[in-house]
Amino acid sequence: MNDPQPMLSVSGLSKTYRSGERDLTVLHDVTFDIAEGSTAAIVGPSGSGKTTLLGLCAGLDLPSSGTVRLDGADLGRLSEDERALVRNRLVGFVFQSFQLIPTLTALENVMVPAELQGRSDVRNRARDLLETVGLGERMGHYPVQLSGGEQQRVALARAFINSPKILFADEPTGNLDADTGASISDLIFELNREAGTTLVLVTHDQVLAAQTQRILRMRGGQIVQDVYSESSLNR
Amino acid sequence: MTFFHSWLWKMAWRDSRAHLKRLFLFVASIILGVAAMVAIGGFGDNLESAINDQAKTLLGADLAFRSQSPFPEKIEALADSIGGEQAREIDFSSMAFFPAQNATRLVRIRTLEGRFPFYGKLESQPAGADGFLRQHSGGALVDQNLMLQYGLALGDTVRLGSAAFEIKGELKKIPGQAEAGSAIAPTIYIAARDLGNTGLIRFGSRAVYRLYFRLAESQDPEKIREELDPQLRAERIRASTVESQKESLGQAMGNLYRFLNLVAFIALLLGGIGVGSAIHVYIKQKLNTIAVLRCVGATIRQTFLIYLIQTFAMGVAGALAGIALGLMIQQFIPAVVGDFLVVDLEMFISPAAVLQGAGMGLVLTLLFALLPLLGIRRVSPLLAIRASFAENSDRDPLRLGVIGLIAAAVVAFAILQTQSVAVGLGFALGLAGALALLTGAANLLMWGVKRFFPGRLGYLFRQSLANLYRPNNQTLVLMLSLGLGTFLIATLYVAQEGLLNQVALTGSGNQPNLILFDIQTDQNTAVREMVEEHQMPVLQNVPIVTARLSRIKDRSVTEMLADSSQSPGRWALNREFRLTYRDTLIETEKLVAGTWVPEVAADQDTIPVSIEDGLAEDLGIAVGDFLEIDVQGVAMPARIASIRDVDWQRVQTNFLIVFPRGVLEYAPQFMVVVTRAPSREVSATLQRDLVQRFPNVAAVDLALILRTVEGILDRISAVIRFMAFFSILTGLVVLASAVITSRYQRVQESVLLRTLGATKSQIRIIMLLEYVYLGSLAAATGVLLSLASGWALAAWVFNIAYHPPLVAVGAFTGGVILLTTVLGMLNSRGIATRPPLEILRSEA
Repeated sequence: MNDPQPMLSVSGLSKTYRSGERDLTVLHDVTFDIAEGSTAAIVGPSGSGKTTLLGLCAGLDLPSSGTVRLDGADLGRLSEDERALVRNRLVGFVFQSFQLIPTLTALENVMVPAELQGRSDVRNRARDLLETVGLGERMGHYPVQLSGGEQQRVALARAFINSPKILFADEPTGNLDADTGASISDLIFELNREAGTTLVLVTHDQVLAAQTQRILRMRGGQIVQDVYSESSLNR
Repeated sequence: MTFFHSWLWKMAWRDSRAHLKRLFLFVASIILGVAAMVAIGGFGDNLESAINDQAKTLLGADLAFRSQSPFPEKIEALADSIGGEQAREIDFSSMAFFPAQNATRLVRIRTLEGRFPFYGKLESQPAGADGFLRQHSGGALVDQNLMLQYGLALGDTVRLGSAAFEIKGELKKIPGQAEAGSAIAPTIYIAARDLGNTGLIRFGSRAVYRLYFRLAESQDPEKIREELDPQLRAERIRASTVESQKESLGQAMGNLYRFLNLVAFIALLLGGIGVGSAIHVYIKQKLNTIAVLRCVGATIRQTFLIYLIQTFAMGVAGALAGIALGLMIQQFIPAVVGDFLVVDLEMFISPAAVLQGAGMGLVLTLLFALLPLLGIRRVSPLLAIRASFAENSDRDPLRLGVIGLIAAAVVAFAILQTQSVAVGLGFALGLAGALALLTGAANLLMWGVKRFFPGRLGYLFRQSLANLYRPNNQTLVLMLSLGLGTFLIATLYVAQEGLLNQVALTGSGNQPNLILFDIQTDQNTAVREMVEEHQMPVLQNVPIVTARLSRIKDRSVTEMLADSSQSPGRWALNREFRLTYRDTLIETEKLVAGTWVPEVAADQDTIPVSIEDGLAEDLGIAVGDFLEIDVQGVAMPARIASIRDVDWQRVQTNFLIVFPRGVLEYAPQFMVVVTRAPSREVSATLQRDLVQRFPNVAAVDLALILRTVEGILDRISAVIRFMAFFSILTGLVVLASAVITSRYQRVQESVLLRTLGATKSQIRIIMLLEYVYLGSLAAATGVLLSLASGWALAAWVFNIAYHPPLVAVGAFTGGVILLTTVLGMLNSRGIATRPPLEILRSEA
């Protein structure tokens, strides 16, 4: 198999936390690449290190050892502000608990990442994105006035506002009922296809994971299985 | 992005608009502090400008001489050489008798002569009544309070000594005299030419003599004063000019102003602490938003600035509101402190005071808010995906820097407010000590409750107790704000009660309460008999001789007075001593050094005298040292034979210098009789009979003085209460804001508890108990601190016995607890009754 240039390259990644008197290793020597434009799911039981891995891949935290390269940039060599810039330009996030800023309207929540770049012409693009996710009528609403599914749609619109190269989604349907969850996952894959974004999902949901091209299965802080789905092998 | 980047301001606005009310409450605690600063600062500037404008009318002349005896020939000649227009005044205390009312009262008599006051005027009803006195004989101007007290009317008669006067006017205001002063010794003006008829001024009478000058334009009063000063000092005459008057007035008013200033500053500081604690809770609630912002690419600096901008904007809003309120309050200050002012205030807005108050408010707001704001820098974006992520707990060096800045600002502002490095530093240290104690008490409480947790108690008690130390508790914040407020207010109260008690004790029990003085030797027996006829005991009958010190060891007092470096004993060099002679120590005296000499032969060369220990200390003299005492022109060589400790608290005739028997028996002297009247009526009858038969004898009625002093202390405490009001109110606002900021945490818990099946009343009881614990501990710590500082004040500042007002302090403590609980419960209302889901949605 001849992979294109990897979007995300993880090599020998370990993370150890100090817990009281002893060290707790939550990630142990993890190595993998994610190709640009591909989709992957990280699955595994609770406490297997999925979320820690996601945080390190997105530059939210620094590893104890090993490297993470995002679009060729070694995150470990960047300062916190430089990592913030990488997150802003290259990365989109979708969280399990939506994580909208409660004091901002739906539209303002979507605009924030673009405004951080100093752009002022973002309102129309944010409106378009909200229309796309089906919230054209609810742009002025605050998060508490929206249902869980609606909040996650706003979060999706926010994730795509800066046309990120990679989207990290942490249990995006975990807080939603089956029907709403299905419609959100459809939306994620649809937006992803349209924008050609690389997608990394952390999930318990086997159905959702099965929709990706590749499944990385974790246990005890290590990748114990790395499976490419048929659709991706056939591609 | 810098502080002024438009997106940051936009983001700060978006993030804060949903809880503007809450944010405004944070700064509300600063509003009162700024208001107090602006009001007091503005008042101070008004006062200064009034003193500058009115200094001339306060003195009433360009130059004034003041002496405790008639001016000697030498000085008269000197006065003539100065030229200009002159006027004289004699000022002394004596008894006034009002025949129509059949009443007597000790008054201050002043004589009017020439065109004095040259500047300003005596305000009277009818206006210009002093004009009558200047032209005709037999008239008097009587203090308006005295008129009111005895129901006097114009045309009534007042007897002073052996002369009768018709009341021609009611004195409204005397230039240079504060209204409160007239309560102790109300003034009666008579014409100088009528003084002789009263027969009140004889050789050795105690009176103050003043000589006023109106100088020509070309003469510089300050220069004349400086030139004449050595000659005047030698004769113990004090010269004043408008400049020197302004200076001493400024000093006296300065003390009042500094006190008010400090109280205002305390309110501001309390507010600062309130802002800091409110922002602390606010930022805790914003952690998630901060983490999300960081996730989507905001830098540490950008997130920090968003919240700094919010704080800054709120600080500015608070300062502006404070300015508006302060300017309003400034209008009321003269009404509160008016009795203590000697100038007429003209109110104007002082830009300097406004800037200083608002500036200090803003700086303190930002500094106190900076402590919690710094925490924003350490919020990890990981928090967005992992709610349980542990915060970075390493020490933040910048935090220490900010704490240092706060300390420096507090010291600098305290020095600025008190205009004294020592007082400012002392104040800051005292405050730091109080804060440290309160913090210690709060930590001890949390540790103690955790360590000795009463696991057997019912659930409601356990839950509310645990609230004291669980994460996000409000123990420290409430302890600091409530405790400090309670401490300051209770200290003011304890000090005031201590002073009042002292005065009240003096007048109670079997203590003497009536002192008759200025009794001539030949009247002594008759006066004693009269006292006994009124069924009153003669508790003491003491001769008094007036004298001055003329030499101490080998230096003449004139020489010492000219030497300006001689400071501690200066009061003793200039003063006229009233001394006595006797052969025994009395019960208020204790010998601390040397031997008591009861009697000497009349022809003894050097007289062995006994002096009081404080006087010995101030003059730097000891047993065996030489003194020369000038007894009305006769120089008497003396040697210190003994030193006595004197208890001045007791109503007795106490003396700095005591002669043995055998020397002063034939010197000009007057007698004092100390007695105790069983009732006000008996006291009044005796005074009335006395004044008619012996008009020169003056009576000091301690009961009357007691009532007057109480009245004055009441007025002082009104001023103190007015200022303490700022601290109390600020404390309340801080309390309210602490309670409101904690509401969010309580909501989450209460909803969870209710979901798990807790009833409304159970939740209410848990909250009630928590506020009762906090209120009790904060109030108790504050009150204990105040009792300690009250004791320190009594012991070191007022030198009085300390009787803590326990009942009042207990009631005060109860009040603070009740207030805390009521405020807490008021604020928590709704939490226990509204449906859980509704609350969660509205508070999210």
